[in-house]
Amino acid sequence: MTLQTMNPAPETGTPIANSLTAGRLPTSAPWVILGTAIAVSASVFGVVAVGAGSGFDWGGALVVGAILYIPAIWLFSRLVEGARRATDRLVTALVTGAFLLAMIPLVSLSITVVTFGLARFDADFFSMSMRNVTGEGGGALHAIIGTLLMTGAAAIISIPIGLMTSIYLVEYGRGKLARGVTFLVDVMTGIPSIVAGLFAYSLFAIFWGPGTRTGIAGAVALALLMIPVVVRSSEEMLRLVPNELREAAYALGVPKWLTIVKVVLPTSIAGITTGIMLSIARVIGETAPLLIAAGFTASMNYNLFDGRMQSLPVFVYTQYANQGNPAEAFLDRAWAAALTLILIVMALNLIARLVARLFAPKLGR
Amino acid sequence: MTSAPAPIKAKLRVGDLVFSRSAVFAGSMILVTLAAVALFLIVQSIPALSATKEDASILETNFWEYVGPLVFGTVWAAALALLIALPISIGIALFISHYAPRRLASVLGYVVDLLAAVPSVVFGLWGIGVLAPAVVPVYTWLNENLGWIPLFSGTVSATGRTILTAALVLAVMVLPIMTAICREVFLQTPVLHEEAALALGATRWEMIRVAVLPFGRSGIISASVLGLGRALGETMAVAMVLSAAHVVTFDLLTSVNPTTIAANIALSFPEAYALNVNVLIATGLILFVVTFAVNAFARWIISRRKEFSGAN
Amino acid sequence: MNLKRFGVPAAIAVTAALALSSCASNEGGAAAPEESASTLAGNLVGAGASSQDAAQQSWIAGFQTANPDVTIDYDPSGSGAGRETFLSGASDFAGSDRAFKDEELAAGGFQKCAPDSTIVELPLYISPIAVIFNLEGVDSLDLDAATVAGIFAGKITKWNDPAIAATNPDATLPDLAITPVHRSDDSGTTENFTEYLGAAAADVWTWEADGVWPFEGGEAAQGTSGLVDAVTNGNGTIGYADASRAGDLGTVAIKVGDEFVPYSPEAAAAIVDASPFAEGRAEGDLAIEIDRTSEEAGVYPIVLVSYLIACGEYAESDNVELVKSYLSYLASPEGQETAATDAGSAPISDTLREKVTAAIDSIK
Repeated sequence: MTLQTMNPAPETGTPIANSLTAGRLPTSAPWVILGTAIAVSASVFGVVAVGAGSGFDWGGALVVGAILYIPAIWLFSRLVEGARRATDRLVTALVTGAFLLAMIPLVSLSITVVTFGLARFDADFFSMSMRNVTGEGGGALHAIIGTLLMTGAAAIISIPIGLMTSIYLVEYGRGKLARGVTFLVDVMTGIPSIVAGLFAYSLFAIFWGPGTRTGIAGAVALALLMIPVVVRSSEEMLRLVPNELREAAYALGVPKWLTIVKVVLPTSIAGITTGIMLSIARVIGETAPLLIAAGFTASMNYNLFDGRMQSLPVFVYTQYANQGNPAEAFLDRAWAAALTLILIVMALNLIARLVARLFAPKLGR
Repeated sequence: MTSAPAPIKAKLRVGDLVFSRSAVFAGSMILVTLAAVALFLIVQSIPALSATKEDASILETNFWEYVGPLVFGTVWAAALALLIALPISIGIALFISHYAPRRLASVLGYVVDLLAAVPSVVFGLWGIGVLAPAVVPVYTWLNENLGWIPLFSGTVSATGRTILTAALVLAVMVLPIMTAICREVFLQTPVLHEEAALALGATRWEMIRVAVLPFGRSGIISASVLGLGRALGETMAVAMVLSAAHVVTFDLLTSVNPTTIAANIALSFPEAYALNVNVLIATGLILFVVTFAVNAFARWIISRRKEFSGAN
Repeated sequence: MNLKRFGVPAAIAVTAALALSSCASNEGGAAAPEESASTLAGNLVGAGASSQDAAQQSWIAGFQTANPDVTIDYDPSGSGAGRETFLSGASDFAGSDRAFKDEELAAGGFQKCAPDSTIVELPLYISPIAVIFNLEGVDSLDLDAATVAGIFAGKITKWNDPAIAATNPDATLPDLAITPVHRSDDSGTTENFTEYLGAAAADVWTWEADGVWPFEGGEAAQGTSGLVDAVTNGNGTIGYADASRAGDLGTVAIKVGDEFVPYSPEAAAAIVDASPFAEGRAEGDLAIEIDRTSEEAGVYPIVLVSYLIACGEYAESDNVELVKSYLSYLASPEGQETAATDAGSAPISDTLREKVTAAIDSIK
């Protein structure tokens, strides 16, 4: 269907060979070939299924059919349209295939999480903590609050630092310090999440005595993981802002900092927001560091600076790993919490996109 | 009044000063933080580096023999994951940026971003419960028909929880971050370049090859580095999915698989005591070094292709 | 369009505001039970074995309901981490799948305890470890220790092996490969299981007891949940796990003396009573050396004994009353019964309870 925008439809019924449309496959050709490929694969699978006496494997038939389609379209296009168009069609098939392939785990995951998660996705789940709850019932309000507070604190720490660092690297950074910072950000992406948790835990233990587990320690651990992602992605986006824009601003006498704030940042805001949202999504699901730095509790805690704090991923993990009796109640809570976490990130994503749209300059594309 | 006009000097503005100073400050903060983390890691690791079996019960002989198979497993799993994820993520990014209808593209981009939101524990649960059982027939088929390739030899795992499954889960986990960055970069390709290529009669693929991919090369490498960083350091999903052993093997389909440093820390840390804790933190330091080496390599590649960056 | 554009964030804002401003409905604050005679208040922190977690959650719930001003947190961070945390003085009590070793006790340095104080170790969580398997059409098997060891050592590789068939004449055993599944993490369950194999089948199982699986081979899975999942999802798989998690999987009855004993709480409690306490320990340190080769009738030898560890004398007296009354609740018939319901553990016998109560009373 998208091919139409590129290839003018062949004019049917024209007796004279048109040099523009001659040697083209008709628009419907890819679909016909795809259908044939799937039919061939399905019949092979059917014969095998009858032969082996087993059930018909729909998934296998579709996948093999799709794989057959790729050389088939190349071959037909090669015969009719020549090598260049054949390559083009091959790549189109491959790119679309890559996308569909990536959809398989996504769809499978979503179905799994939603079907298992809905069992306990009720009012109790959002209005109760796990204090004094054994077996069935209970909820994850304490974990939801904990996740929002800790991720929020981590974002407040890391977004300014990360964004300013990337601005420094792109706009100001010259010489040794810039190279050093680039290098260190690279190193930072390599901090294993569990080590970040250990570090934050030890850091707070030095100042507030051993065994201190607080929300803010968890937030620091998350910020450690978040900063390099923010820097790396925003740096990439800032570098893409064409120099012509900066030079035009300077030529008009705009100070450098205003150029950055009013020209560079708005131009790249969509990319930067995506990067920040990715970094939040990256840390909001972290389990290991929070387990170590923020601990684990069954009760509500609104105070980042005092007492242990539960979070959704830790909740999922502990409910899964330490199941009591009946086990289903624990698993249901784990899946419901996973669903909640995904929904929270979805919501944050939506908000970020709206914000980005409000601030982004109107572009031609 | 015959004095010549004074040479024009850039005015020193307060705003500029504040802004540049705070940018430098933010950069230095990273320096300080990392110095602290590195200091913590090194101080905690020193006792472990020279430890022997007598000091720490988890060591077979000495630290380096303990960490060797783990380094192999870490790099092997991450490399497999990247090998799977890189072509697919470039494909998805191209599909969203240049193939899908515009209206559909933003929705699709959003859908892929969602994958990034799935917590690693859930990937672990999904890996054990859905993916591993589903791939067993495929693995059996590979083993029966392609068993002559060393990678696919050995006895096929009955539960499908092999290093290849772990790499598949890792690949799915790193896809969103890689796709998102590739996509943003591809979308930034100057329209003029694209239109120029098309006007010269290029097919869509030729346009992408000559205009989009060269422009996006550094972005693709950045994406790979971030993806690799995540794959190297991923803890919970690997720990949950992988049937781990302390070995070096290239077999992809058997029950005995090399494990990764991060997963090993997660598996052993809860029961670690005394010097064993230091040994595990020291393996963390090694992971740090491995990741850094990979990153440095990628940086080096990017620095050779600077001319495509808009800011330079 | 406008509604769509602003509706979602608005809805989220409202929900968030609601959630943030409201308390959890089950945390009523001061709404204490009517006959609340309890004057206990404060905050206890424990950390340690994840095997105890389900039991701890139910104990905590029971204790907090009776004493509404008390909050107890138990971190299921693992036995090793729990002992380290307790050693560093960061927790009031620890849960551990093994007692402190003699040399660790000699080294001392318990920060929470008074100098020269001994520590109290109470075997309050006793749980049978079931040998579980997933084999179509077979619900239970009778096996002796040597066969179990042979299966896990990889020497018996088929389900229709003569060694298995010999003790199970009635079962239909398929010609299917056995996939033994073990824990990939360091765990007390593995330590107790390998200790049993080493003691009861010394000529087949030549490895020492260890929390880490002693050789590379077979399938590995993380945690009890991961292991149970691996056994459930595979075909012809066999593993070992806390008995409360056996679910619908097939289980093995172990040969003790001349009969085959399936796992049960009573049989697990019986082996603990039949076993001696470790020698040379301080008063109140009730470390037990399980007699894995016991041939007494009706004992199930594969058990996990998890300890609660506290100071003999605390450096500061703030929380002593709280620790004592919490541990007393755990040892009470009521507390043991709660854990049996919620976590499937084996209630301790009255003889053991007497010793435990005496030990708790000695805490100061």
